Amino acid sequence: MLFDYMAIAVFVFFSTAIAVTAILLGGLFGPRRKSEVKSEPYESGMIPIGPGTRRMPVRFYLVAVLFILFDIEVVFFLPWAVSFRKLGLFGLIEMFIFIGILLVGYFYAWKKGALEWE
Amino acid sequence: MIPLSWYLILSAALFSIGLFGVLARRNAIAILMGIELMLNAVNINLVSFWRYGSPAEMSGQVFAIIVFAVAAAEVAVGLALVISVYRRRKTVVANEIDMMKW
Amino acid sequence: MTAEQIIQQILFFISAALTLGSAVMVVATRKLIQAALWLIVSLFGVAVLYALLDASFLVVVQVVVYIGAIAILFIFAVMLTQRDQRDKGPQLNKSWVLAALVGLATFGGLTFLVSSWTGFGAAAAPIPAGTVDMVADLGTALVSVDQYVLPFEVASVLLLAALIGAIYVAYNRK
Repeated sequence: MLFDYMAIAVFVFFSTAIAVTAILLGGLFGPRRKSEVKSEPYESGMIPIGPGTRRMPVRFYLVAVLFILFDIEVVFFLPWAVSFRKLGLFGLIEMFIFIGILLVGYFYAWKKGALEWE
Repeated sequence: MIPLSWYLILSAALFSIGLFGVLARRNAIAILMGIELMLNAVNINLVSFWRYGSPAEMSGQVFAIIVFAVAAAEVAVGLALVISVYRRRKTVVANEIDMMKW
Repeated sequence: MTAEQIIQQILFFISAALTLGSAVMVVATRKLIQAALWLIVSLFGVAVLYALLDASFLVVVQVVVYIGAIAILFIFAVMLTQRDQRDKGPQLNKSWVLAALVGLATFGGLTFLVSSWTGFGAAAAPIPAGTVDMVADLGTALVSVDQYVLPFEVASVLLLAALIGAIYVAYNRK
Protein backbone atom coordinates (compact mmCIF):
# COMPACT_ATOMS: atom_id res chain seq x y z
CA MET A 1 0.00 0.00 0.00
CA LEU A 2 2.66 2.44 1.07
CA PHE A 3 4.85 1.72 -1.91
CA ASP A 4 2.18 3.18 -4.18
CA TYR A 5 3.43 6.56 -3.00
CA MET A 6 7.03 5.83 -4.03
CA ALA A 7 6.84 8.00 -7.17
CA ILE A 8 5.60 10.99 -5.17
CA ALA A 9 8.29 10.44 -2.52
CA VAL A 10 11.02 10.36 -5.18
CA PHE A 11 9.57 13.51 -6.77
CA VAL A 12 9.45 15.38 -3.43
CA PHE A 13 13.00 14.26 -2.58
CA PHE A 14 14.53 15.37 -5.86
CA SER A 15 12.68 18.68 -6.10
CA THR A 16 13.72 19.57 -2.53
CA ALA A 17 17.29 18.39 -3.13
CA ILE A 18 17.65 20.43 -6.34
CA ALA A 19 16.26 23.57 -4.72
CA VAL A 20 18.46 23.23 -1.61
CA THR A 21 21.57 22.48 -3.69
CA ALA A 22 20.98 25.46 -5.96
CA ILE A 23 20.57 27.85 -3.04
CA LEU A 24 23.52 26.35 -1.13
CA LEU A 25 25.88 26.49 -4.10
CA GLY A 26 24.90 30.06 -4.89
CA GLY A 27 25.34 31.09 -1.28
CA LEU A 28 28.72 29.35 -0.92
CA PHE A 29 30.45 30.37 -4.14
CA GLY A 30 28.69 33.53 -5.27
CA PRO A 31 30.37 36.87 -4.50
CA ARG A 32 28.43 39.16 -2.20
CA ARG A 33 28.86 42.83 -2.97
CA LYS A 34 25.92 44.83 -1.70
CA SER A 35 25.16 48.23 -3.15
CA GLU A 36 22.31 50.74 -3.12
CA VAL A 37 21.21 49.94 -6.65
CA LYS A 38 21.23 46.17 -6.13
CA SER A 39 18.90 46.20 -3.14
CA GLU A 40 16.21 48.21 -4.93
CA PRO A 41 13.02 46.30 -5.81
CA TYR A 42 13.17 45.03 -9.37
CA GLU A 43 10.60 46.59 -11.67
CA SER A 44 11.63 45.31 -15.11
CA GLY A 45 14.74 47.48 -15.09
CA MET A 46 12.86 50.74 -14.63
CA ILE A 47 13.42 53.11 -11.73
CA PRO A 48 10.98 51.86 -9.02
CA ILE A 49 7.86 53.91 -8.34
CA GLY A 50 6.75 53.95 -4.73
CA PRO A 51 7.54 51.39 -2.03
CA GLY A 52 8.09 47.75 -2.98
CA THR A 53 5.60 46.44 -0.44
CA ARG A 54 2.42 48.17 -1.51
CA ARG A 55 -0.87 46.81 -0.24
CA MET A 56 -2.58 44.54 -2.76
CA PRO A 57 -6.11 45.31 -3.94
CA VAL A 58 -8.87 43.29 -2.26
CA ARG A 59 -9.90 41.77 -5.62
CA PHE A 60 -7.18 39.12 -5.21
CA TYR A 61 -8.83 38.02 -1.99
CA LEU A 62 -12.28 37.80 -3.60
CA VAL A 63 -10.93 35.62 -6.42
CA ALA A 64 -9.19 33.39 -3.85
CA VAL A 65 -12.42 33.03 -1.85
CA LEU A 66 -14.38 32.02 -4.95
CA PHE A 67 -11.63 29.53 -5.80
CA ILE A 68 -11.55 27.95 -2.34
CA LEU A 69 -15.32 27.39 -2.18
CA PHE A 70 -15.56 25.83 -5.63
CA ASP A 71 -12.45 23.79 -4.77
CA ILE A 72 -14.36 22.27 -1.84
CA GLU A 73 -17.21 21.59 -4.21
CA VAL A 74 -14.86 19.44 -6.32
CA VAL A 75 -13.98 17.44 -3.20
CA PHE A 76 -17.66 16.49 -2.94
CA PHE A 77 -18.00 15.94 -6.70
CA LEU A 78 -15.18 13.45 -7.16
CA PRO A 79 -16.38 10.56 -4.92
CA TRP A 80 -19.88 11.08 -6.29
CA ALA A 81 -18.65 10.88 -9.88
CA VAL A 82 -16.62 7.72 -9.19
CA SER A 83 -19.65 5.86 -7.79
CA PHE A 84 -22.17 7.54 -10.10
CA ARG A 85 -23.29 4.36 -11.89
CA LYS A 86 -24.15 2.67 -8.61
CA LEU A 87 -26.06 5.67 -7.28
CA GLY A 88 -28.30 6.11 -10.30
CA LEU A 89 -31.06 8.70 -10.59
CA PHE A 90 -31.25 9.47 -6.89
CA GLY A 91 -27.60 10.47 -6.79
CA LEU A 92 -28.10 12.68 -9.83
CA ILE A 93 -31.03 14.51 -8.17
CA GLU A 94 -29.00 14.92 -4.98
CA MET A 95 -26.14 16.46 -6.89
CA PHE A 96 -28.49 18.81 -8.76
CA ILE A 97 -29.81 20.08 -5.41
CA PHE A 98 -26.21 20.53 -4.23
CA ILE A 99 -25.22 22.46 -7.35
CA GLY A 100 -28.47 24.46 -7.28
CA ILE A 101 -27.79 25.74 -3.78
CA LEU A 102 -24.24 26.71 -4.69
CA LEU A 103 -25.34 28.39 -7.94
CA VAL A 104 -27.25 30.92 -5.82
CA GLY A 105 -23.93 32.00 -4.36
CA TYR A 106 -22.36 32.10 -7.80
CA PHE A 107 -25.09 34.42 -9.12
CA TYR A 108 -24.74 36.59 -6.01
CA ALA A 109 -21.03 36.96 -6.69
CA TRP A 110 -21.76 37.71 -10.35
CA LYS A 111 -24.38 40.32 -9.53
CA LYS A 112 -22.16 41.96 -6.93
CA GLY A 113 -19.47 42.36 -9.57
CA ALA A 114 -16.94 40.22 -7.71
CA LEU A 115 -16.12 38.42 -10.95
CA GLU A 116 -15.16 41.56 -12.86
CA TRP A 117 -11.66 42.90 -12.72
CA GLU A 118 -12.18 46.44 -14.08
CA MET B 1 3.41 -1.51 13.25
CA ILE B 2 2.27 1.89 14.43
CA PRO B 3 -0.06 1.70 17.46
CA LEU B 4 -3.07 4.00 17.69
CA SER B 5 -1.53 5.75 20.71
CA TRP B 6 1.14 7.43 18.57
CA TYR B 7 -1.43 9.15 16.41
CA LEU B 8 -3.50 10.19 19.43
CA ILE B 9 -0.51 11.72 21.22
CA LEU B 10 0.62 13.46 18.03
CA SER B 11 -2.80 15.01 17.50
CA ALA B 12 -3.00 16.03 21.18
CA ALA B 13 0.35 17.80 20.79
CA LEU B 14 -0.72 19.50 17.55
CA PHE B 15 -3.99 20.61 19.17
CA SER B 16 -2.12 22.08 22.16
CA ILE B 17 0.30 23.97 19.91
CA GLY B 18 -2.64 25.40 17.99
CA LEU B 19 -4.38 26.33 21.24
CA PHE B 20 -1.26 28.16 22.40
CA GLY B 21 -1.20 30.05 19.10
CA VAL B 22 -4.85 31.05 19.46
CA LEU B 23 -4.41 32.25 23.04
CA ALA B 24 -1.02 33.92 22.80
CA ARG B 25 -0.68 35.58 19.38
CA ARG B 26 -1.66 39.23 19.02
CA ASN B 27 -2.24 39.20 15.27
CA ALA B 28 -5.74 38.09 14.24
CA ILE B 29 -4.43 36.24 11.15
CA ALA B 30 -1.99 34.27 13.33
CA ILE B 31 -4.91 33.35 15.60
CA LEU B 32 -6.73 31.91 12.58
CA MET B 33 -3.58 29.92 11.72
CA GLY B 34 -3.72 28.42 15.22
CA ILE B 35 -7.33 27.42 14.60
CA GLU B 36 -6.24 25.69 11.38
CA LEU B 37 -3.66 23.66 13.33
CA MET B 38 -6.35 22.62 15.83
CA LEU B 39 -8.71 21.54 13.02
CA ASN B 40 -5.91 19.45 11.51
CA ALA B 41 -5.35 17.75 14.86
CA VAL B 42 -9.05 16.87 14.97
CA ASN B 43 -8.84 15.49 11.45
CA ILE B 44 -5.85 13.27 12.30
CA ASN B 45 -7.90 11.90 15.21
CA LEU B 46 -10.93 11.21 13.02
CA VAL B 47 -8.95 9.47 10.30
CA SER B 48 -6.90 7.35 12.72
CA PHE B 49 -10.03 6.23 14.58
CA TRP B 50 -11.53 5.32 11.20
CA ARG B 51 -8.44 3.31 10.23
CA TYR B 52 -8.01 1.54 13.58
CA GLY B 53 -11.69 1.19 14.39
CA SER B 54 -13.82 0.25 11.40
CA PRO B 55 -12.16 0.75 8.00
CA ALA B 56 -15.10 -1.02 6.33
CA GLU B 57 -17.37 1.97 6.96
CA MET B 58 -16.55 5.34 5.51
CA SER B 59 -17.79 7.41 8.47
CA GLY B 60 -14.39 8.73 9.52
CA GLN B 61 -13.50 9.95 6.04
CA VAL B 62 -16.91 11.57 5.59
CA PHE B 63 -16.45 13.42 8.89
CA ALA B 64 -12.98 14.51 7.77
CA ILE B 65 -14.38 15.89 4.49
CA ILE B 66 -17.07 17.81 6.36
CA VAL B 67 -14.33 19.24 8.59
CA PHE B 68 -12.48 20.34 5.42
CA ALA B 69 -15.62 22.17 4.25
CA VAL B 70 -16.09 23.82 7.65
CA ALA B 71 -12.43 24.86 7.74
CA ALA B 72 -12.66 26.44 4.29
CA ALA B 73 -15.84 28.33 5.19
CA GLU B 74 -14.38 29.47 8.51
CA VAL B 75 -11.17 30.71 6.94
CA ALA B 76 -12.95 32.52 4.10
CA VAL B 77 -15.28 34.45 6.41
CA GLY B 78 -12.69 34.93 9.18
CA LEU B 79 -10.06 36.43 6.91
CA ALA B 80 -12.72 38.59 5.21
CA LEU B 81 -13.62 40.00 8.63
CA VAL B 82 -9.94 40.65 9.44
CA ILE B 83 -9.42 42.42 6.10
CA SER B 84 -12.58 44.49 6.59
CA VAL B 85 -11.54 45.55 10.10
CA TYR B 86 -8.05 46.38 8.82
CA ARG B 87 -9.46 48.71 6.18
CA ARG B 88 -11.47 50.66 8.74
CA ARG B 89 -9.18 50.65 11.76
CA LYS B 90 -5.72 50.03 10.20
CA THR B 91 -4.96 47.27 12.69
CA VAL B 92 -4.95 43.48 12.81
CA VAL B 93 -4.03 43.25 16.50
CA ALA B 94 -6.85 41.42 18.25
CA ASN B 95 -6.62 43.49 21.46
CA GLU B 96 -7.07 46.76 19.59
CA ILE B 97 -10.27 45.67 17.86
CA ASP B 98 -12.56 46.77 20.67
CA MET B 99 -15.28 48.86 19.03
CA MET B 100 -17.99 46.83 20.76
CA LYS B 101 -16.40 47.10 24.20
CA TRP B 102 -17.11 50.08 26.48
CA MET C 1 8.67 -6.89 12.40
CA THR C 2 8.98 -6.80 8.66
CA ALA C 3 10.96 -4.22 6.75
CA GLU C 4 7.81 -2.42 5.61
CA GLN C 5 6.65 -1.94 9.19
CA ILE C 6 10.00 -0.45 10.17
CA ILE C 7 9.84 1.90 7.18
CA GLN C 8 6.33 2.89 8.26
CA GLN C 9 7.55 3.74 11.75
CA ILE C 10 10.47 5.77 10.41
CA LEU C 11 8.11 7.64 8.08
CA PHE C 12 5.76 8.29 10.98
CA PHE C 13 8.54 9.80 13.09
CA ILE C 14 9.81 11.96 10.22
CA SER C 15 6.36 13.33 9.38
CA ALA C 16 5.45 13.78 13.06
CA ALA C 17 8.63 15.77 13.65
CA LEU C 18 7.94 17.79 10.48
CA THR C 19 4.34 18.52 11.51
CA LEU C 20 5.01 19.42 15.14
CA GLY C 21 8.24 21.32 14.47
CA SER C 22 6.72 23.53 11.82
CA ALA C 23 3.55 23.95 13.94
CA VAL C 24 5.78 25.37 16.68
CA MET C 25 7.34 27.67 14.08
CA VAL C 26 3.83 28.80 13.00
CA VAL C 27 3.03 30.04 16.49
CA ALA C 28 6.52 31.30 17.32
CA THR C 29 7.75 33.09 14.17
CA ARG C 30 7.73 36.87 14.27
CA LYS C 31 7.18 37.43 10.56
CA LEU C 32 3.62 36.54 9.60
CA ILE C 33 4.43 35.60 6.01
CA GLN C 34 6.99 33.08 7.29
CA ALA C 35 4.36 31.70 9.69
CA ALA C 36 2.10 31.11 6.67
CA LEU C 37 4.93 29.27 4.86
CA TRP C 38 5.60 27.11 7.94
CA LEU C 39 1.87 26.35 8.02
CA ILE C 40 2.24 24.85 4.52
CA VAL C 41 5.06 22.56 5.74
CA SER C 42 2.94 21.48 8.71
CA LEU C 43 -0.07 20.71 6.49
CA PHE C 44 2.18 18.67 4.20
CA GLY C 45 3.32 16.62 7.20
CA VAL C 46 -0.34 15.91 8.01
CA ALA C 47 -0.83 14.77 4.39
CA VAL C 48 1.98 12.22 4.85
CA LEU C 49 0.21 10.98 8.00
CA TYR C 50 -2.98 10.46 5.97
CA ALA C 51 -0.94 8.41 3.49
CA LEU C 52 0.31 6.27 6.39
CA LEU C 53 -3.32 5.80 7.46
CA ASP C 54 -4.30 4.52 3.98
CA ALA C 55 -6.64 7.47 3.35
CA SER C 56 -5.39 8.23 -0.15
CA PHE C 57 -8.30 10.49 -1.14
CA LEU C 58 -7.71 12.65 1.93
CA VAL C 59 -4.03 13.03 0.95
CA VAL C 60 -5.11 14.61 -2.33
CA VAL C 61 -7.75 16.73 -0.61
CA GLN C 62 -5.23 17.90 1.99
CA VAL C 63 -2.76 19.00 -0.69
CA VAL C 64 -5.33 20.50 -3.07
CA VAL C 65 -7.64 22.20 -0.56
CA TYR C 66 -5.47 22.94 2.46
CA ILE C 67 -2.16 23.73 0.81
CA GLY C 68 -3.54 24.85 -2.55
CA ALA C 69 -6.38 27.03 -1.33
CA ILE C 70 -6.46 27.74 2.41
CA ALA C 71 -2.74 28.44 2.78
CA ILE C 72 -2.86 30.67 -0.32
CA LEU C 73 -5.79 32.54 1.23
CA PHE C 74 -3.67 33.10 4.35
CA ILE C 75 -0.79 34.44 2.27
CA PHE C 76 -3.16 36.80 0.42
CA ALA C 77 -4.62 38.02 3.71
CA VAL C 78 -1.13 38.66 5.10
CA MET C 79 -0.18 40.66 1.99
CA LEU C 80 -3.45 42.60 2.12
CA THR C 81 -3.11 43.68 5.73
CA GLN C 82 0.54 44.68 6.02
CA ARG C 83 1.55 48.24 5.53
CA ASP C 84 5.16 47.17 5.42
CA GLN C 85 6.77 43.79 5.69
CA ARG C 86 8.38 44.34 9.08
CA ASP C 87 6.13 43.26 11.94
CA LYS C 88 6.90 45.69 14.70
CA GLY C 89 6.27 45.21 18.40
CA PRO C 90 5.80 41.98 20.32
CA GLN C 91 3.98 39.19 18.51
CA LEU C 92 2.75 37.55 21.70
CA ASN C 93 0.35 39.20 24.11
CA LYS C 94 1.03 39.84 27.79
CA SER C 95 -0.58 36.65 29.06
CA TRP C 96 1.41 34.29 26.82
CA VAL C 97 2.88 32.44 29.84
CA LEU C 98 -0.65 31.61 30.96
CA ALA C 99 -1.48 30.52 27.38
CA ALA C 100 1.56 28.21 27.36
CA LEU C 101 0.44 26.72 30.67
CA VAL C 102 -3.08 26.15 29.29
CA GLY C 103 -1.57 24.48 26.22
CA LEU C 104 0.64 22.20 28.33
CA ALA C 105 -2.29 21.37 30.62
CA THR C 106 -4.43 20.47 27.59
CA PHE C 107 -1.71 18.21 26.23
CA GLY C 108 -1.20 16.53 29.61
CA GLY C 109 -4.91 16.13 30.20
CA LEU C 110 -5.62 14.71 26.75
CA THR C 111 -2.68 12.29 26.96
CA PHE C 112 -3.79 11.16 30.44
CA LEU C 113 -7.38 10.67 29.27
CA VAL C 114 -6.58 8.63 26.15
CA SER C 115 -3.90 6.58 27.91
CA SER C 116 -6.42 5.40 30.51
CA TRP C 117 -8.65 4.13 27.69
CA THR C 118 -8.46 0.39 26.92
CA GLY C 119 -8.07 0.76 23.14
CA PHE C 120 -5.04 3.02 23.53
CA GLY C 121 -2.38 0.67 22.14
CA ALA C 122 -4.63 -0.90 19.49
CA ALA C 123 -3.11 -2.16 16.28
CA ALA C 124 -4.64 -1.19 12.94
CA ALA C 125 -7.69 -3.17 11.89
CA PRO C 126 -7.06 -5.05 8.63
CA ILE C 127 -8.63 -3.46 5.57
CA PRO C 128 -11.53 -5.72 4.42
CA ALA C 129 -10.64 -7.81 1.41
CA GLY C 130 -13.61 -6.62 -0.67
CA THR C 131 -12.66 -2.94 -0.78
CA VAL C 132 -11.18 -2.30 -4.16
CA ASP C 133 -12.11 1.34 -4.56
CA MET C 134 -12.31 3.40 -1.40
CA VAL C 135 -13.23 6.59 -3.26
CA ALA C 136 -16.32 4.92 -4.74
CA ASP C 137 -17.32 3.72 -1.26
CA LEU C 138 -16.89 7.26 -0.03
CA GLY C 139 -19.16 8.58 -2.78
CA THR C 140 -21.79 5.97 -1.97
CA ALA C 141 -21.61 6.88 1.72
CA LEU C 142 -21.95 10.59 0.93
CA VAL C 143 -25.04 10.35 -1.26
CA SER C 144 -26.88 7.31 0.16
CA VAL C 145 -30.09 8.25 1.90
CA ASP C 146 -29.47 5.99 4.91
CA GLN C 147 -25.98 7.41 5.45
CA TYR C 148 -24.70 10.96 5.01
CA VAL C 149 -26.91 12.66 2.45
CA LEU C 150 -28.15 15.29 4.89
CA PRO C 151 -24.66 16.49 5.98
CA PHE C 152 -23.79 16.50 2.28
CA GLU C 153 -26.61 18.91 1.43
CA VAL C 154 -26.06 20.99 4.56
CA ALA C 155 -22.41 21.37 3.51
CA SER C 156 -23.57 23.12 0.34
CA VAL C 157 -25.72 25.51 2.41
CA LEU C 158 -22.68 26.19 4.62
CA LEU C 159 -20.51 26.91 1.58
CA LEU C 160 -23.21 29.21 0.19
CA ALA C 161 -23.37 31.13 3.48
CA ALA C 162 -19.57 31.41 3.57
CA LEU C 163 -19.42 32.61 -0.05
CA ILE C 164 -22.05 35.30 0.41
CA GLY C 165 -20.68 36.31 3.81
CA ALA C 166 -17.09 36.63 2.62
CA ILE C 167 -18.04 38.66 -0.48
CA TYR C 168 -20.39 40.91 1.51
CA VAL C 169 -17.82 41.59 4.24
CA ALA C 170 -14.69 42.00 2.13
CA TYR C 171 -16.12 43.72 -0.94
CA ASN C 172 -15.38 47.40 -1.31
CA ARG C 173 -18.67 49.27 -1.16
CA LYS C 174 -18.11 52.57 -2.91
